[in-house]
Amino acid sequence: MSIWEYANPKKFMQTSGIVLPWVSALAAICLIIGLTWGFFFTPDAVNFGATVKIIYLHVPSAMMAINAWVMMLIASLIWLIRRHHVSALAAKAAAPVGLTMTLIALLTGAIWGEPMWGTWWAWDPRLTSFLILTLFYLGYLALWQAVDNPDTAADLTSVLCIVGSVFALLSRYAVNFWNQGLHQGASLSMDAKDHVSNIYYIPLLISIAGFILLFLSLVLLRTRTEIRSRRLAALLLRERIA
Amino acid sequence: MISLLMRDITLAMRAGGGFGLGLAFFLLVAVLVPLGVGPDPITLAKIAPGILWVGALLACLLSLDRLFALDAEDGSLDLLATAPVPLEAVVVIKSLAHWLVTGLPLTVIAPALGLLLNLPTSGYPWLVAAFGLGTPALSVIGAFGAALTVGLKRGGLLLSLLVLPLYVPTLIFGAEVIRRGALGLDATTPLLFLAGITLGSTALLPIASAAAIRVNLR
Repeated sequence: MSIWEYANPKKFMQTSGIVLPWVSALAAICLIIGLTWGFFFTPDAVNFGATVKIIYLHVPSAMMAINAWVMMLIASLIWLIRRHHVSALAAKAAAPVGLTMTLIALLTGAIWGEPMWGTWWAWDPRLTSFLILTLFYLGYLALWQAVDNPDTAADLTSVLCIVGSVFALLSRYAVNFWNQGLHQGASLSMDAKDHVSNIYYIPLLISIAGFILLFLSLVLLRTRTEIRSRRLAALLLRERIA
Repeated sequence: MISLLMRDITLAMRAGGGFGLGLAFFLLVAVLVPLGVGPDPITLAKIAPGILWVGALLACLLSLDRLFALDAEDGSLDLLATAPVPLEAVVVIKSLAHWLVTGLPLTVIAPALGLLLNLPTSGYPWLVAAFGLGTPALSVIGAFGAALTVGLKRGGLLLSLLVLPLYVPTLIFGAEVIRRGALGLDATTPLLFLAGITLGSTALLPIASAAAIRVNLR
């Protein structure tokens, strides 16, 4: 039993078909519990009032926006090294989800920032690097769209993903250098003193789990769609030849 | 390799090569921005470093799409790929040629445009240093974008979407050097970062560019 078995599209389709409903259901449960608990059963914070509750959307989506890119990077590396088509398709499937997460994080941040910082947008390092991440996602998706041959597209986007990762990281630190921050520090940390207090922490963890599962189920679903569309294209080609 | 360099430079300088277009564009940016934001010298001095760098980025971008596309059209890129010289070296040479006909002239006229934008005197040495050390990175990174899009029929717009985000660190450090220099501060730190980006991307990116070209020629 090795993870490489799932490089076989058939095996992947079988297993993901079984797993997908469970993951989706679990994602729904976690999101419902986490968000309801977060929105309705936590007290307002002293300095922030009810606005603190946007944390249950903002933090998980921001985390997933970054993790989606990391997942794409790993999938791209696997594609370049071992040439497993499922891997390339998974990277392709993750990109729009990651982009959406980035946009959710930016939007909820703006909605929170308006009453709290008095502005929808500030050129703060974190905000700016997120905007740059959005641009990287857009470029990546545009390259997938532009190239006709699926294997060429997978190769080119993988190379772009690797180079982009380096530059995204570089930009992150360059932006730190460029402006001082307005954004607060990390909400989560292993050190209990650093993170938000427990009343908010537990529903936040549940929401994060929900977002991770949501991401997983969306990526599985989209990868399955990609595999099916690839099969369909192959069938059509075969029909035209015959 | 030297003959390839000379060939690229000659092609770029001859009519239709687009030499001078980038320069003219750079000049236009420096003229249009004051027309847009008003002639207040203090404001202009403040935004001059940013405008000069953004202008340089865009001017560089103009000539990028022909970096490999023309060679791909007439088939000479296939010859270069099968030549005894490694494709990585070809990419480096072509980037160098691109820099010599765009980045270097930009560096030379940048002080004059700084004058137009009322850049304080103490900024000029830093301006030249930042452009001299930073613009090679623009060519190398741009070559990567051009390599990705070489197989596409209309790659120009996509090229800018791919390349401009990669230019962010160069832009930030480059403009920071000039800003600090203009304020009379020591700008060594961002200058070193800028040089690091140039050296790092010159060392590593041609490998990625060559890989992309091989994929596109497949």
